[in-house]
Amino acid sequence: MWRKPATSPSDKPNPLLQSSGMGRAAFRDAVISALLKIAGSTSILVVLLIFFFIAKEAAPFLMGSQAKTLLNLRWLPVSFENESYGLLPLLNGSLLVTAIATLITVPLSVCTAVYLSEVSNDWEKNFLKPFIELLAGIPSVVIGFFGLVVLSPLIKSVFGLPSGMNALTGGLLLALMAAPTIISISEDALRSVPASFKSASLALGASHLETVWKVTVPAALPGITAAVMLGIGRVVGETMTVLMVIGNAPILTASPLESVRTMTATIAAEMGEVPFGSEHYHALFCVGVVLLLATFCLNLVARFILKKYRMVGSV
Amino acid sequence: MSTTATLPVQTTSLTQGGLARRNAKLAEMLTYGLMRLVTYLMVFAVGYIVFDIVANGLPAINWEFVSQFPRRSGAQGGILPAIVGTISLVTLAIGVALPLGVASAVYLNEYAKQGRFTDMLRLAIVTLAGVPSIVFGLFGLALFVLVLGFGASILAGGLTLACMILPTIIVASEESLKTIPKSFREGSLALGATRWQTIFKNVLPYAMPGILTGTVLSIGRAAGETAPILLTVAAFFLPVLPGSVFDQVMALPYHLYVLATQHPEAAAVRPMQYGTALLLLLIVLGMSLLAIVFRNYFRGKYRW
Repeated sequence: MWRKPATSPSDKPNPLLQSSGMGRAAFRDAVISALLKIAGSTSILVVLLIFFFIAKEAAPFLMGSQAKTLLNLRWLPVSFENESYGLLPLLNGSLLVTAIATLITVPLSVCTAVYLSEVSNDWEKNFLKPFIELLAGIPSVVIGFFGLVVLSPLIKSVFGLPSGMNALTGGLLLALMAAPTIISISEDALRSVPASFKSASLALGASHLETVWKVTVPAALPGITAAVMLGIGRVVGETMTVLMVIGNAPILTASPLESVRTMTATIAAEMGEVPFGSEHYHALFCVGVVLLLATFCLNLVARFILKKYRMVGSV
Repeated sequence: MSTTATLPVQTTSLTQGGLARRNAKLAEMLTYGLMRLVTYLMVFAVGYIVFDIVANGLPAINWEFVSQFPRRSGAQGGILPAIVGTISLVTLAIGVALPLGVASAVYLNEYAKQGRFTDMLRLAIVTLAGVPSIVFGLFGLALFVLVLGFGASILAGGLTLACMILPTIIVASEESLKTIPKSFREGSLALGATRWQTIFKNVLPYAMPGILTGTVLSIGRAAGETAPILLTVAAFFLPVLPGSVFDQVMALPYHLYVLATQHPEAAAVRPMQYGTALLLLLIVLGMSLLAIVFRNYFRGKYRW
């Protein structure tokens, strides 16, 4: 233990050490620390504000007389006598498009991730991956435009339909848009599988293929699952692409070749035309609540899986 | 004699083993070939979209296109107001989100004691990153446009976009701060510098490349988003330049949407649509490319 000498002439404050400059610097440090904490809290504030305002604007509808029409089978917000705000056709549309996109993108994206992480040569790793990630940067309105002008006529002629604006066109484009997310996070998960797992498998005489499919992929499965969920989150929330290519007919159907309407597209298409504060306006916020809760849960579960298995992916 | 008798037996077992191994090798080659095919299919899809936009958009882009006002509701003339609108929106969004985002990252990585508060903060950041863009639009409409009374304006749209890109900037900045070795901080602190002096003089400068990369990427994202500005700022057809942040503006992504889906002669104005799409693509991909260049340049510059 170090003890202070009982008496010493240097006990009185040393004017050099106690210079006002040091004090000011320490004070400034404390102020900056407080400011940083306030700035850091912005994210929490914004999230709370988002939940608060979406809920606040949805509440009048839920309290109002039309609330029970949310369970109707028809979304018919503009009508002379019988407005009906049935969410079911919109949920149907969102689910159908999401299901199509998921069924297409998951096998392809996971396959690509495994190839890039386990099989490809250096050249492919260095060039193909950034190229696919490029896709993540293409604005959704540009992809929607491409769908409208190129893919939709193609679908129309391939299936001999009167119009190429349907759930399949939307699903195909969304499959492509979810791919970079799934590929990138799956690849992180695959790469975080310890090399010793693979070495042990190879040492036991398993072939490279057996090692990949029976050791590496199962070990990375939680991360791949989370990647898929984050990809689906992106698909559910995607707005412009679907708005431009799915035809926007709010009907109940399970056919990929029918025109449907998603929750996101409904908000985007109708919000511009409603009078603020009207029933229709508040109903659209109800759709927003459903959308916000759905993506929030998907994200939360995915992050939980990633954290639990320590497969940390990028946002 | 016995050796000649055993030899044939050995050879058959060898060929059987060889056959099995050859089959396994074949299966492996086939599987990997298939996987390679899938990967190249993905690459082809991306390449085709980019190619289609570039090939059809290039003829439409000329000096008149980027410097003139639109005429006949966008069928003729240029798209100058949309370009100016997008630039002003992105500038405002970055101007707000960058200081806040970097400060958040510094707080998270340098100041905060890891605990319940930082856990909450991280949860908020990933939640924010997962909120659908149209919900940001609803939020901007309810808060900035109506409650705060900004109206449909650059201010409302820019702030909405700022909320949207905030998580990207925070995560990129924090990742960048994490790569700065501890010794950089210890050295400065040991010399008597305060925490802020240490961070400002000895940590942030070296984290700048990573922060810049994240910023540049979010510029691309902010420039390309349509749904949030659809509800908070974008004007259908407004061939004037904005005078203040309280004005409505046209914006590139919304202009493309309007031309492609709402225009009465949508098929006839195809070149204008492709031109707008290409310009948008160039801005966004140009920003991504810039980010990659930054990353590679600084990666070579600093080594520790």
